[in-house]
Amino acid sequence: MSKRYAKDYTLREMMIVAAARELKNGDKVLVGIGIPQLAAILAQRTHAPNLNIIYESGIFGSRPARLPLSIGDPTIVSGSAGVFSFFETFAYLLQRGYIDVGFIGAAQIDKYGNINTTVIGDYSKPKVRLPGSGGACAISSFAKKVIVITPHEKRRFVEKLDFLTSPGFLKGGGSREKIGLHGGGPSVVISTLGILRFDPKTGEMYLDSYHPGVTIDQVKEATSWDLKISPNAKETEPPTEEEIRILREEIDPMGIFLKK
Amino acid sequence: MEIEDKIMSAKEAIKKFVSDGNLVCFGGFTHAIPFALGHEIIRQRKRNLTVSKETPDLIVDQLIAAGCVEKVIFSWAGNPGVGLLHAFRRAVEKGIPHPIEIEEYTHFTLGARYFAGAAGIPFVPIIPSVLGSDLPKYNKNLKTIKCPFTGKLLCAIPALNPDVAIIHAQRADKEGNVQMWGIIGSNKEIAMASKKVIVSVEEIVDSEVIRRDPNRTIIPAFKVDAIIEEPWGAHPSYTQGYYDRDNEFYLEYDKLTRTVEGMEKFLNEWVYGVENRKEYLKKLGVERILKLLPKTYSSIPVDYGYYG
Repeated sequence: MSKRYAKDYTLREMMIVAAARELKNGDKVLVGIGIPQLAAILAQRTHAPNLNIIYESGIFGSRPARLPLSIGDPTIVSGSAGVFSFFETFAYLLQRGYIDVGFIGAAQIDKYGNINTTVIGDYSKPKVRLPGSGGACAISSFAKKVIVITPHEKRRFVEKLDFLTSPGFLKGGGSREKIGLHGGGPSVVISTLGILRFDPKTGEMYLDSYHPGVTIDQVKEATSWDLKISPNAKETEPPTEEEIRILREEIDPMGIFLKK
Repeated sequence: MEIEDKIMSAKEAIKKFVSDGNLVCFGGFTHAIPFALGHEIIRQRKRNLTVSKETPDLIVDQLIAAGCVEKVIFSWAGNPGVGLLHAFRRAVEKGIPHPIEIEEYTHFTLGARYFAGAAGIPFVPIIPSVLGSDLPKYNKNLKTIKCPFTGKLLCAIPALNPDVAIIHAQRADKEGNVQMWGIIGSNKEIAMASKKVIVSVEEIVDSEVIRRDPNRTIIPAFKVDAIIEEPWGAHPSYTQGYYDRDNEFYLEYDKLTRTVEGMEKFLNEWVYGVENRKEYLKKLGVERILKLLPKTYSSIPVDYGYYG
């Protein structure tokens, strides 16, 4: 069966579909609200029916009957396979190494995939005080694979973070392993402009694909450092008609997150 | 102590067990946030509190705006599913209404502090995830230790033993055995770690109800100092099976409290302007309340067996 690609889709939908394709059937995936959750539900309803959706509030095997509006929404509990306490979730699931994929967002990200979600400006005299780590530091330390979802802007893709909240490959070249973090680190960044991955040796980010309608120059322009480009850089595979239909008609018919 | 002594009003409990300068730990994690008890702390104008909560949520935001808070211990200070906490931001960025001290953790490390406090050990070792972050530069409680067995580097997270734990749950009996289901967060740990424990519940039930399902008990009666029957005591958060999260309320709060004036308006209307939770609910109105009632989705009773 040949794929029928959608002609009409938004950038947000492109990102959700790209994230869904990173998830494998059977993965235990720790999701947040917004794009990660839509991606996980989409994967569950397409190629990964046995995806185990886990929320940091302690819910595993979640099958929400409506679209959850927060990671503590009661709909994620009813019909789930089980509920852990807060400490159990972080100790038994994350630290113990059972989470296959974790999602995190970024206010700032550097070339080694280190992330800031704590503060813009000086920590002691912040220009903007952001929420902080929450579960992100443990996710980025312990999940086998980390997917980063972020808008692609120069002020976000920075040379130097104002604060390092969640470790990526730190300074590259094995510095992450040295402090004993057993998780695999960031595996992919899905931005508003393209999909970026990491060189396994150096830990440095490179552009793997650019979304339809975006040029390589645009991606470079929106990145503060001299971004490496894969020699095989190509256009991101667009969403299929079926993926867009499931997202719009089944998962988020009210457009709560799709139209954000 | 007579068992009936533990049942009291929110007003009595806060008056009796919360003092200025206390370290007060709030339970709930998006689910079952003890708003009714928190509002009573604001109304009684408690001062210089150190407040600990992984996700401060709107309740700590309001305590800050009302001038009750000297220091916040936290790991994620946002409005869940909505955005930022404006009073928290104003206090940290601009010192409004007065500067506050912050002691910041990750979810895992703050959870570990509660666990160590509950277990009565001075610290708990964890794999050093935070060492990759900048947090240890600003929080001297995140120390390292060498594993005595493997020689590997670990993080040592010190115990936290709050003066008072403030918790909301579904039900308790008169003695104070507390049962909860849904997201339980750190409620068990903070109750066991704290010196005093105040619990509001949706309903006080017959002892028989608790004893027919003992696995659901999260706090034993001997740790509980006050039980308050406070239906809808967690609104605008929710109590699993009793009412839904009032997401509109969280959104309206976000809009209204972007200014100091809006924040004051909120406190005057919803906290100072009502005497207690009953009046709060009257103000909330029947229509809004009915909209938040879920359809029933009961568990099937388990058989513990009778071995007499």
